[in-house]
Amino acid sequence: MTLFKSTMTAMGALALFMPALAETPQEKGFAIAERNDVSDAGFGTSTVELTMTLADPSGRTTKRDLRIDTREKEGDGNGDRSVTVFYSPRDVEGTALLTHSKVIESDDQWLYLPALRRTKRISSSNKSGPFVGSEFAFEDIAGSELGKYDYTYLETVTETVGDEEMELDKVECIPAYERSGYDKIHCYFDTEVFQARKFDFFDRGGQKLKTLILDDYRQYEESLWRPHTQTMTNHITGKETVLEFGDYEFGIDLDERDFEPEALERL
Amino acid sequence: MSRLVLTLVGVAVCATAPAQGQRFDVRPEVAIEARLLPDDPQFDDQLTVSQLALILTGEISWRSKDRDTRVQFEPLVRLDAEDDERTYFDVREASISHEINRDWDLLIGVSQVFWGVAESRNVVDIINQFDTVEDVDEGEKLGQPMIRVSRRSDFGTVEAFYLPYFRERVFPGADGRLRTDPVIETDKARFERGGDEWAGDLALRYTNRFGGVDFGAHVFHGTSRNPRLDFNPSNGFLEPFYPELSQGGLDVQWTRGAWLLKGEAVIADMLGETLTSAVGGFEYTLFDVSGTGLDVGIIGEYLYDDRDQTNLPNTIFENDVFVGTRIALNDVQDTEFLAGAIIDDQTGGVFASAEFQRRMGDTLLLEIEARAFAAKDDPFIRSLEKDDHLLVRLTRYF
Repeated sequence: MTLFKSTMTAMGALALFMPALAETPQEKGFAIAERNDVSDAGFGTSTVELTMTLADPSGRTTKRDLRIDTREKEGDGNGDRSVTVFYSPRDVEGTALLTHSKVIESDDQWLYLPALRRTKRISSSNKSGPFVGSEFAFEDIAGSELGKYDYTYLETVTETVGDEEMELDKVECIPAYERSGYDKIHCYFDTEVFQARKFDFFDRGGQKLKTLILDDYRQYEESLWRPHTQTMTNHITGKETVLEFGDYEFGIDLDERDFEPEALERL
Repeated sequence: MSRLVLTLVGVAVCATAPAQGQRFDVRPEVAIEARLLPDDPQFDDQLTVSQLALILTGEISWRSKDRDTRVQFEPLVRLDAEDDERTYFDVREASISHEINRDWDLLIGVSQVFWGVAESRNVVDIINQFDTVEDVDEGEKLGQPMIRVSRRSDFGTVEAFYLPYFRERVFPGADGRLRTDPVIETDKARFERGGDEWAGDLALRYTNRFGGVDFGAHVFHGTSRNPRLDFNPSNGFLEPFYPELSQGGLDVQWTRGAWLLKGEAVIADMLGETLTSAVGGFEYTLFDVSGTGLDVGIIGEYLYDDRDQTNLPNTIFENDVFVGTRIALNDVQDTEFLAGAIIDDQTGGVFASAEFQRRMGDTLLLEIEARAFAAKDDPFIRSLEKDDHLLVRLTRYF
């Protein structure tokens, strides 16, 4: 081995080794979350209809049908914009929630009450409270913008999610926004297509409160992945909320005006 | 109207093809209502103990696949077992709206519009007549015929309204409760403008938002929704007189954290006089109290009105304080409780109200409302003093 060659080999090994040395668990955690965020870029607009089934431990169930329109974020500091419309139960039909999510600032939200034809700007400080009686808290359904959490890579594990065995990066996600109901969240991203597969939510006492499983991922337009079943289980109460999604439609004709409060009465 | 029905039937046939992506819905509602009045009535002829009613309503709607066109029809029939004036038919909505392009939007037909931000009373909310028969607290509205053109831009939204026909307020009859003394003869209404309901009103509204501030401004020229009640000495009745009204107003809400700060004000010209009506206050919500999921809202508002009550249509909201609370359980049944009282800080008169609602199963809604009046020195509340009541309504959705 010539000196030249051995030097090059050493440098190569060093070059390979350097990022690993420099990368802290925080950086690696962020990189994993970012990889997931980037995999979603460029979807533009989407609409999807879904059924939310609320079940208590005795097996009683209630269904809610809704539709979610989403418009991808534009500019720094902004998150996605979404409109959630309820079709059932009938007494709340037409009720709509418009959210302009933000990364660091609190989101802007408006609620449309169809009986009064009233659009009301509402406080978005409700993070830990339940969303329409479900096991999803408001913070669980808010856009998961990168800047909302501090990430720490924990380990890579092999687990069965749904009925598929997969390799998962386990990342500790700590809410960076105020009034979260969680001490921390363990977020699991698969290492193949970088999608979120599971979340374990820990309450302020450090106890495991809820688990969310994202399952039945389907691929749209080359690179967009969407889960079609989301199951949130509350370990304390035994209650469960299942979201079952229909087919997503991407690139539909919804402009920025359709995500303004004035548009809510025209859904 | 028959053309509308034909359109809807045609649409119903189309709707059998779900892949089309359009939406056609027929959703009837039936409600039974019992009003329980524990006190003996103040006036002869007034009904006693209980008042039963049947309400048939619902919505037929269609939305095109591109969501640009909407047709809505919402009739309401109310059958009151006791009071003929409370038996009526109204079209709450019968409209076609179309988004012409990204910026322009048109609505033609009978519709309802809400303006304002406050909880106790919305002084800027001028488009629709209130259905005072259905509800004493200005919560229900009659459908208003209109043409509405909206222009949306990066600098806010401008809406222009032409309202060709005026809807009169309907008052309870002699045998009804919650009435004035003497009785108001709804049929004897007089109008300053053109002598009838066809004078036509115009309104312009602008809305925009900056950060946490949402605001609206409007001007209106037309007929006052609130009539002056003139005593007719020849028959001893009160007769509504609807004067010409020109007004301009502002409504603003500032949302910050769990606080909502609200203000509405109107300056109006009527019968040669100028008046100011305003309401302002706050709403603060404690979310997810102690991790129970329960939200508790606290509302405080002040109502102000400087009108000359001898010459102009009267208001009971002269200098009043409103305090209220809203409690939402955020449970599967969407259980909600609302309570509030308006206290006149000069006469000491009080109007208090509590409402409870809870869904039962998927298709039944139970609503309970309690209303109480204490007049003290308040001339407007005096005739209602024996009308404290409890209302129970059960609505079945199909």
